[in-house]
Amino acid sequence: MTATASTTDRVNQALDSQVKEEVTVLSSLICVQDEFGFLPPESIPMIADYTDSSINDVFGVATFYTHFRFTPPGPHTVEVCWGPSCHVRGASEVMSAVKSELGMEEEGTTEDGLVTWKRSSCAAACAHGPVALVDEMIYGDLTPEAAAQLIKDVR
Amino acid sequence: MTEAYQQLKQRADSGWKALTDGSPIRIMVGAATCGRAAGGLQVIDAFEKAIAANGLQARVHRVGCIGLCYAEVLVDIIVPGQPRITYANVTPTLAGTLVKDYLVGGNPRPDLAIGIRGQGSLDGVPALFDIPDLKPQVRVAMRNCGTIDPSDIDQYIANGGYAGLDRCLSDMQPAEVIEEVLKSGLRGRGGAAFPAAMKWKFLAGAPGPTKYILCNAEEGDPGAYNDKGLLESDPHTVLEGMTIAGYATSASKGYVFIRCVHRDVIKTTQTAIDQAYKQGLLGKNILGTEFNFDISVALTGESYVSGEETALMEAIEGKRAMPRYRPPFPAQVGLWGKPSNINNVKTYAYVPEVLRQGGDWYANIGTERSKGTAIVCLTGNVARPQMAEVPFGLTLRQVIDDVAGGVNPGNEIKLLQTGGPLGGFLGPSEVDVTLDFDEMAGRGAILGSGGIIVGDESSCPVEMAAILADFNNEESCGKCFPCRLGTKHILEMFQTMTEGQAKEGDVDRMLAMGDTLLTSLCGHGQLSVNPIKSAVKYFAGELNAHIIDKVCPAGRCTALAKPG
Repeated sequence: MTATASTTDRVNQALDSQVKEEVTVLSSLICVQDEFGFLPPESIPMIADYTDSSINDVFGVATFYTHFRFTPPGPHTVEVCWGPSCHVRGASEVMSAVKSELGMEEEGTTEDGLVTWKRSSCAAACAHGPVALVDEMIYGDLTPEAAAQLIKDVR
Repeated sequence: MTEAYQQLKQRADSGWKALTDGSPIRIMVGAATCGRAAGGLQVIDAFEKAIAANGLQARVHRVGCIGLCYAEVLVDIIVPGQPRITYANVTPTLAGTLVKDYLVGGNPRPDLAIGIRGQGSLDGVPALFDIPDLKPQVRVAMRNCGTIDPSDIDQYIANGGYAGLDRCLSDMQPAEVIEEVLKSGLRGRGGAAFPAAMKWKFLAGAPGPTKYILCNAEEGDPGAYNDKGLLESDPHTVLEGMTIAGYATSASKGYVFIRCVHRDVIKTTQTAIDQAYKQGLLGKNILGTEFNFDISVALTGESYVSGEETALMEAIEGKRAMPRYRPPFPAQVGLWGKPSNINNVKTYAYVPEVLRQGGDWYANIGTERSKGTAIVCLTGNVARPQMAEVPFGLTLRQVIDDVAGGVNPGNEIKLLQTGGPLGGFLGPSEVDVTLDFDEMAGRGAILGSGGIIVGDESSCPVEMAAILADFNNEESCGKCFPCRLGTKHILEMFQTMTEGQAKEGDVDRMLAMGDTLLTSLCGHGQLSVNPIKSAVKYFAGELNAHIIDKVCPAGRCTALAKPG
């Protein structure tokens, strides 16, 4: 019970941290995800209440934008850019190296639960492509070897 | 000039003089996204440690991106009596060396410097803006990028910032402001290249009192980062441009619309907004006049279509970013049902200089129909990938070769991919096209938001088209079926080509699918046709090689044979 109570407290706090006039379903989802790294199930009806909308509306928005998560991510996150600009500089080889180092083809969390990885379409550092974000820190000019090393280091 | 502005300017000027005099010593480190990708934060750390270890008096500033992204981490050092010296590719080790040799030992290490700025000279080191990259450039919107600390409003003001707004508020009626922007010929930089002043006129004519000025910083195009680059490097030029637009159209509120994952861009923009309020440049009675204007940051989730103007309004309202039917147009029914004007970050970024230096001054730069400069991101297989501001009228070849250093020696340009994933390809025959909105559109590619991805002979246009199709399919919002289903079909067709499974006639089927895509509700579906049409136009031979001969001439598609 205590765990749930603290989750709802944290959701309330996150929701209340917004500027009142600017509160929307999307802004509420963003601040809850910022707080938890994902959207806890109990936060969805709370957001609906807070924004005077339906649970359906909240799920509708939450499932539309790709970065919202409904399960906690692993302690480490890895995003690898596959955009055309990184691509011509060798992103597909970097992507393969990351996948094989993580031992998984599809986006998601590794079996040991340590690393959550996803594809990113642009990290806005195209001049340094191929790029990857590891725990939100940006790394540029990657080779497949350097990318595999980043994963080894983070583990 | 308003009295309030005069006071701000005086204080800012004295602060700037201290900075350029190097009292105390200044170290300005490039730490925008590209600078951080190259290790900017570690360099800052190394400088701070070395300064403390040597007991020196010096201030480290975080600056944005001057545009020479390949040369990051860029560091400027200002020591009393010496010019502002720029060093490139600085590592933490090199930071220690510079502190030891220059700040302690008095040797400015000209061998490590790439240029100097402002007054003074250093033997053997050119003026920074004389190096090949920067020589063809004309800096208007990017005038302060990499030069000032974006978190210090005074540095912006000292360099002419808010003088344009001051001129509007002290000398001009709103209609005169619109006339001045009309005279400049400024066209929107979000992709459609619509005259900015015309849009403003629509909003000015719409009934008040509540009207909105929206700044589109969504910038989802892979290969373009100039909007984020501008906001990270000089946020006040965008805020000032929006405020001027607000005055010209009698709007009272502005939003800067940014994707929530770009935390540093958001932080820099928010800091700038807070400072502008503090200095009386936003809020009530701006610069002591009757004019009131507010700006906030509005965040969106990850969705490419939310950069479409009506989808953007849906997102600010907190809904799914799906485009609305038009008409009514945003100038009549926009955000929260109120009249709204939307421009791109870059469009607003030009406005302060247009007002400070005059519409005629701006119209003197560029070509007959594309006035001023273009901010382009030159990436891919070029020697010096970077963000550059060049006058319209140069050829793409000049920009790629002179500014970005061209492709590797012995290699040739094979394809250009411009205007983001909804733009198109240009083949090597079109490299001499003039950088101009209409010239480029006439060749089947758009300038769009300024991304120019250069592919050399190692790149495969079919594989590239498949990547663009993948992106366009993944980012379709799903509201209308021509786009939702069409982008998926296009992706599958390109994939079968790269996998050697394509059938004769697929090109025609794809073009027919393109006709259906044109019936989509918004530009996302409609423009998804561009990569197809331009691939067929410039790379028909290569498409046929994939489809009929099952050969990938570039040797990239691993399921196919390499050329014999």
